[in-house]
Amino acid sequence: MSAPTDQDLIGFVVHEARLIDQHRFEEWLDLFAEDGHYWMPLEWGQTDPRLTTSLMYDDKVLLRIRIERLKGNRTFSQKPKSRCHHVLQTPQIETRDEAANQYVTWTPMHYVETRLDEQELYAAWATHTLTMVGGKLKIKLKRVDLVNCDAALRSIQLFM
Amino acid sequence: MGRYKNNAKAVHDLVRETEVHRDVYIDQEVFDLEMDHLFANTWIYVGHDSQIPNVGDYYGTTIGRQPVLMVRHSDGAVHVLYNRCPHKGTRITIDTCGNAGKFFRCPYHAWSFRTDGSLLAIPLRKGYENTGLDQSEAVKGIAHVKHMKNYRGFVFAKMSDSGPGFEDYFGESLSTIDNMVDRSPAGRLEIAGGVLRYMHNCNWKMLVENLTDTCHPMAAHEASAGTAIEVWKKMAPGANTKHPAVEIYAPFMSPYEFFEKMGIRIWRNGHGHTGVHHSIHSDYSAIPGYFDNMVAAYGETRAKAILDENRHNTSYFPNFTVKGPIQSIRLFKPLAPDKTLAESWTFRLVDAPDALLERTLTYNRLVNAPTSILGHDDLEMYERAQEGLHVDANPWVNIQRLYDPAELEQETAVINGTSEWQMRNQFRAWSKFMTLSM
Repeated sequence: MSAPTDQDLIGFVVHEARLIDQHRFEEWLDLFAEDGHYWMPLEWGQTDPRLTTSLMYDDKVLLRIRIERLKGNRTFSQKPKSRCHHVLQTPQIETRDEAANQYVTWTPMHYVETRLDEQELYAAWATHTLTMVGGKLKIKLKRVDLVNCDAALRSIQLFM
Repeated sequence: MGRYKNNAKAVHDLVRETEVHRDVYIDQEVFDLEMDHLFANTWIYVGHDSQIPNVGDYYGTTIGRQPVLMVRHSDGAVHVLYNRCPHKGTRITIDTCGNAGKFFRCPYHAWSFRTDGSLLAIPLRKGYENTGLDQSEAVKGIAHVKHMKNYRGFVFAKMSDSGPGFEDYFGESLSTIDNMVDRSPAGRLEIAGGVLRYMHNCNWKMLVENLTDTCHPMAAHEASAGTAIEVWKKMAPGANTKHPAVEIYAPFMSPYEFFEKMGIRIWRNGHGHTGVHHSIHSDYSAIPGYFDNMVAAYGETRAKAILDENRHNTSYFPNFTVKGPIQSIRLFKPLAPDKTLAESWTFRLVDAPDALLERTLTYNRLVNAPTSILGHDDLEMYERAQEGLHVDANPWVNIQRLYDPAELEQETAVINGTSEWQMRNQFRAWSKFMTLSM
């Protein structure tokens, strides 16, 4: 199994954001490894998702629940639906560990979520921990650190 | 303006036996009166003393619209001070928590104050000689909130001299705090995990009423809880154990009968709780080792009695709520008629296994975070109501379910879990404490 190039990693992260913006959630969920997690810490520099509260710490079951809910006929907070928009800086390669099959990228980004007349702008850093599974890159962990992670926030209904 | 100020009758008339006028949710003047009267005449939760364990530690928060500091003085006692320099009005601290050392020093002119608020020193003090400074407001130091009580670590304060004393105000309702503290084998709680802060564009009372509104989960939360159940059925057909999130979400879809039978208890002064006989927290899986810790601390009979309480939401009037079996508390901070900050805090039970705290934090994240799908369901309803109330065709909100005129004579009761008596109880207390000092 050949290791991914830096350009493969960068392309993966950019594609991942595009799938969210285009509401292609089935394809998006498929990017996660079976034991993958999506983590949005609550505290600045948080190290522990277990004994410190997080805004999100979803495994694939929880991500699946969110995605099904977004489609639901009685999901009133999605009538009308939210839309979102990512602007990414070029992802930087943090570490490449071919022996351990682990690749980490770091991507500063701006994210806009909008519904009805309300539009919220968030600034964040996304850290992707990726791994090759069956010849394809998969997400072991997507960590999203909001610059204002501890602020009083409005609803965030989609994915950063 | 001027319809309600100095007009106790007009305020009284907003609350009928089974209806409430929309102005209690949308009117700026009523909101201002709530801040001046309701939040002054009642005991408001300030913070937990485990947030300030060391001498000089402080925590900044608000009572109604008033910025305050909860601080640990050199003798170990907790004080609640207004966060304002008595000199020019500057806020003494801006950060939420920190340590003042031996004294607060105002950053503007370097006046300093002991951690009980008393004036310690003024630079170039001779400039005040023979000016009558000793007759000034400033020389009194940082003002105290007049009444303060530390009940088993829970710090409450009352700004006004009007209104009942602490024990009289809360009475039997303190049993919920007692039960949560007793759930620690050491009889001690520690704030842990961080606070979730969720901004709501609705009136603070909508969040309070929702605490004992048991006819909404199966409707409003079908989107999240109903979906969780369906997804789990498909992903793990016939599984004996539930995913931790499904274990937390699924009970919200319980049938009406479940909520009818779980019961509501009514107390004086607007307090009450859901989950008298059982609740949505009754069937969580056991945390290994915890029951043994409890038996070692209390003996088996007492340990069982403590853990058999499964109170759902205890509503401490006006804006505080406790969830004992989950070890979480929520505070609904009123910012404007249509703006409320919901803060959700969690506790570690001292000497209990970490796995218990982990479940507490999972619950808080899944239910109370700005990213919570269950929270999204609720917020959508509150904000639709906040908008809908501007319809002039009907200015009244209905809270009539299972009303019986006999309840007006009754201070406490255990009733059907789908009754709206607790909402009526809150509004009767609202009316009382709003007009007490008018």
